[in-house]
Amino acid sequence: MTNLAKTIPTVNPVYAQRRKFRADSEFGQLWDILDDVCDPELPGLTIWDLGVLQDVTIQDSQILVTITPTYSGCPAVDAMSADIISALKSAGYEQIKVHVALSPAWGTDMISPAGKQHLAAIHIAPPQPDDEPDCPVCGSHNTQVLSQFGSTACKALHRCDDCFETFDYFKRL
Amino acid sequence: MNQLNADKTPLFRFLLGLADDSVVLSHRLSEWCSNGPYLEEDIALSNVALDYIGRARMFYQYAAQIEGEGRSEDDLAYLRDERQFTNLLIHELPKGDFGFTMVRQFLLDAFYKLYLAKLVDSNDETIAAIASKAIKETQYHLKRSEPWIRQLSEGTDESRQRIVRALDELKDFVGELFEMLPFETELAEQGIAVDRASLQADWDAYIQGFLAQSDIEFGDSKLQIRGGRNGIHTEHLGHMLSEMQYVQRTYPGMQW
Repeated sequence: MTNLAKTIPTVNPVYAQRRKFRADSEFGQLWDILDDVCDPELPGLTIWDLGVLQDVTIQDSQILVTITPTYSGCPAVDAMSADIISALKSAGYEQIKVHVALSPAWGTDMISPAGKQHLAAIHIAPPQPDDEPDCPVCGSHNTQVLSQFGSTACKALHRCDDCFETFDYFKRL
Repeated sequence: MNQLNADKTPLFRFLLGLADDSVVLSHRLSEWCSNGPYLEEDIALSNVALDYIGRARMFYQYAAQIEGEGRSEDDLAYLRDERQFTNLLIHELPKGDFGFTMVRQFLLDAFYKLYLAKLVDSNDETIAAIASKAIKETQYHLKRSEPWIRQLSEGTDESRQRIVRALDELKDFVGELFEMLPFETELAEQGIAVDRASLQADWDAYIQGFLAQSDIEFGDSKLQIRGGRNGIHTEHLGHMLSEMQYVQRTYPGMQW
């Protein structure tokens, strides 16, 4: 049975703050360009929706993009930085610097509601407060952990005991 | 005894110690890659190793910046010899069997959970930021090592014996986790480092309480082996480094 409470999108304070920060920025068009940059391991999930993209500004005619890594050893950071630079260069910008900030530490509350929906759509169960995900394929709550680590550090491996599908769960952090 | 790196600043020595702890443990965990008991566990251990590599990189980068002599994080990791490594000895012990690896991880996860919870309040912003990131990972590691210790302790006679044997071997190395060196005490007084000695009572209570539920005792050891922060190591570290540093030593400056 689908747990309705988990399907109703709610905005948490951490994301609300990010959204306001972006809306208040004077460099809206730069943020929009970066909406084309996706996580290399999560097809179609933008770095904005994932919560990795923290800030975009222009300082001394140089674009400064600030990102925060999901996990400290995450190898995707280098790929994301390269993709950020190439997206901005294709849009005609030249001077670009990507700064990897450790603070504030990334957390799953930074993921946007659209990002969570996208995860579910590609059959990765989005983070849950109780760490007990529903099956992203059939919606059943009858699931169990197979391994605390899945294909990447940010995911755990679960199995649905109704449709027997094995699926990744994006861990709450 | 002469103090290693006595000519360096306390902050550099402190960061180097934390970085060395992480990189050495990370390498030991990574040795399970393709040797895990089954695929999921193999991946899990590699992921924990990756978290520690990330932690090591953050501490090395900051250490390199504080030192300000042009050395990079890679120079610090790959171009120092055994006697210049300052990790606490428990991190460097060979991976042993799966039971040994998990017992060490369990003891260390519990230690880091207490330690990082204090380090997030460091006056040094960068250290506090690294700790804030690392503690989330450590909490998750502990969530995984606890059930393993429970399961192996209460599993077969064989699995229980291996847990008991691992605890017996490791008990001589845990004391060092709680021993402060003068430079670290100095930093703790300034609110930058953490007084590790103050964590021991909580750690003991937690570990003993957890193991007691499976009817296992974790006694004190009179023999406490120490020396890591001053570059005095077990015979195992040199062999480990010869593998870890092989590519950089053979092809200096080589890049991916």
